[in-house]
Amino acid sequence: MEVLNSNFYGGKPTQLHFSPYEDNGGTVVAIAGKDFAIIGSDTRLSTGYSIESRNQTKLFQLSSKTVLGCTGCWCDALSLAHLMQARMQMYLHDHNKEMSSLAVGQMLSTVLYNRRFFPYYVSNILAGLDADGKGILHSYDPVGHCEKTYYVAGGSAGAFLQPLLDNQIGMKNQQNVERRPVSMERALNLVKDSFIAAAERDFYTGDGVHINIITKDGIREDRMVLRKD
Amino acid sequence: MFRNQYDSDVTVWSPQGRLHQVEYAMEAVKLGSATVALKSKTHALILALKRATSELSAHQKKMILIDTHLGVTISGLTADARVLSRWMRSECLNHKYAYNDCMPVSRLISMLGNKMQLCTQRYNRRPYGVGLLIAGYDDQGPHIFQTCPSANYHDCRAMAVGARSQSARTYLERHLDEFADCSAEQLLKHGLRALRDTLPNELELNTKNVAIGLVGKDTHFRVFDEVETGLYLAMIEGEERRGGGAPGGGAVEQDDGPPPAPGPDGGDDRPDPQVVVAMETE
Amino acid sequence: MDLKTEMKIPADFPFGSSSTASPSDYRQVAHTPITTGTSVIGIKFDKGVMLASDMLGSYGSLAKFRMIERLVEVNKQIVIGAGGDYADFQFLRDIIKQKVTDETCLDDGFMLKPRSLHSWVTRFLYNRRNRFDPLWTNFVVAGMQDGEPFLGVVDKLGKAYENECVGTGLGNHIAIPYLRYALDKKPNLTEQEAREAIVKSLQSLFYRDARAFDKYQLATITADGVKIENGLTLETDWSMADLSSGAD
Repeated sequence: MEVLNSNFYGGKPTQLHFSPYEDNGGTVVAIAGKDFAIIGSDTRLSTGYSIESRNQTKLFQLSSKTVLGCTGCWCDALSLAHLMQARMQMYLHDHNKEMSSLAVGQMLSTVLYNRRFFPYYVSNILAGLDADGKGILHSYDPVGHCEKTYYVAGGSAGAFLQPLLDNQIGMKNQQNVERRPVSMERALNLVKDSFIAAAERDFYTGDGVHINIITKDGIREDRMVLRKD
Repeated sequence: MFRNQYDSDVTVWSPQGRLHQVEYAMEAVKLGSATVALKSKTHALILALKRATSELSAHQKKMILIDTHLGVTISGLTADARVLSRWMRSECLNHKYAYNDCMPVSRLISMLGNKMQLCTQRYNRRPYGVGLLIAGYDDQGPHIFQTCPSANYHDCRAMAVGARSQSARTYLERHLDEFADCSAEQLLKHGLRALRDTLPNELELNTKNVAIGLVGKDTHFRVFDEVETGLYLAMIEGEERRGGGAPGGGAVEQDDGPPPAPGPDGGDDRPDPQVVVAMETE
Repeated sequence: MDLKTEMKIPADFPFGSSSTASPSDYRQVAHTPITTGTSVIGIKFDKGVMLASDMLGSYGSLAKFRMIERLVEVNKQIVIGAGGDYADFQFLRDIIKQKVTDETCLDDGFMLKPRSLHSWVTRFLYNRRNRFDPLWTNFVVAGMQDGEPFLGVVDKLGKAYENECVGTGLGNHIAIPYLRYALDKKPNLTEQEAREAIVKSLQSLFYRDARAFDKYQLATITADGVKIENGLTLETDWSMADLSSGAD
């Protein structure tokens, strides 16, 4: 150890053996329509090549019409989600009303940026309904950049599910296509198909899908099994 | 202008072993409008009579949500109650954040009691001038607690505090045995009748001056809106007042009013105040 | 050869100490585990949950402490177990024990629940990770919560999850496949079947984990309370070692 500590340039801080981050995989897909928002996550929690759990949802319900999906470093995801839940209750106490989805969207950005120099290593997608009952999504980078969208994929399979959604919902790079709002049934099928596709190519995604369907009547759950290998 | 020489500050004992300042603080509770609390085996209910300070102002808020399983009504200094309830909210929130579970009601109340006690033992502080009725639900079932400025707290089956609350307590004492097996709706009716008994004859309960908070098994604490309050008020409308015709009813009970003005000699020859509490242990 | 002298900065070194001087105000917090325990494994069964770990405290590759307790009863419905640095485990265990003592003194009829403890340990370890001063442990919380079995894990980062069966350290690689297989075959194991699966997994671990040991503890938590059996010995059969090449 002595040798390592005092090299030619004199004593330097010792290399730390400890990394605070870990990639625990997982994928979140969300699609918003004119009166609904659907958000789904796979239920596999992995560390490297080990599957820690086959039944761990990555969706956190924040209010009666807002759901947060977190993937990435699971310890950060858990802590962030619990912090958000606490902040939601504080808002309720201060303002005597439930936080709107748009306000949650802004707050999450602020909460993430608060840790700008030791970020939550998490890819977040927030699904909810706006004041008119229209579906709305927010997607984030780990330090709080926030974007409002209507379809988004994040997490370990996000990079190759996003083009699929671009094609199927965004109708990107297609000529003479009819652009019409996506129906709830089609959105739900697309979310499920995305996960089936992701489970084939990404071994961090699999085991099962947990879906939340948010409408003005509340949040409905749906589940589907995926391949377990 | 002291009533006597032993109430200069809160830490001074009288030769009779009393803390006059603390007792004066107890009187502050009686200045607030009445609040009532009662529980069954499944639910805990709190009700409050709200006052408007003038024709121009809205009714004063009397019910505060603390957590999903807990709410309070207040009687006395509203500002003091806000400080206490803010503290209770933060304790509950911290507990939930750390333990992923709701704070046991009795623990919160004993912590609150400790916090309030500090003010009765320091010369540079004053006791909180508010009485709280707390309704909560945890693993041990529904709870009603009463706290006083003296930092005493009582686990109750039913309780009423505030101005003219003696009539409500009389009602509650008369029907105490019925509460345990009540449904939420029956409990609400009892609560409203008890609250109504605190009103002078010419006044009636209405959706503006009543606040109702209910918590129970699998139901979060919530404060009823005016529409719902109206629904339950309609159920007891037209009933006979004062104990609902129970035996011995009709007699006008002695009310807790503000204390009479001190005599010219400044002495206090009134008897020690007696706490009237329907306690679980009785 | 004296390395220290050789490594000294020459007086005429062009990039003098002023510009490349190391900071002196740092504090080393992260460490490596010293005395370690290896896997803890656990599985739920129909009426409760079972937890097991061997009793070896390794000092590097030295099998130094051969009778340490890595499973500890917290209260009538919780057992905790840990792998990784044993001192860190003892540190956390003592804090938890104190919490339980404090709670007993309140005497208000409430008892710490496994999910609450799991959450608290998660917050604690996550907080230490944030300070770059982690407790080098994998923590398992097993118990009964409102009549249902509870089994959860927290690692040194504060990564937490619940599962039907858990294994930390090498147990994650060797025991989990077997425990999952047992649960797939029959989701509601009896206590006896769970015990067989656990002992079988411990055997595999002992055969292949160089830091494992044949003395073990086995904790069973049911609605009736906690039972910890100490100092059990694994029955092992090394005759098959002859069949394995390189074992002679």
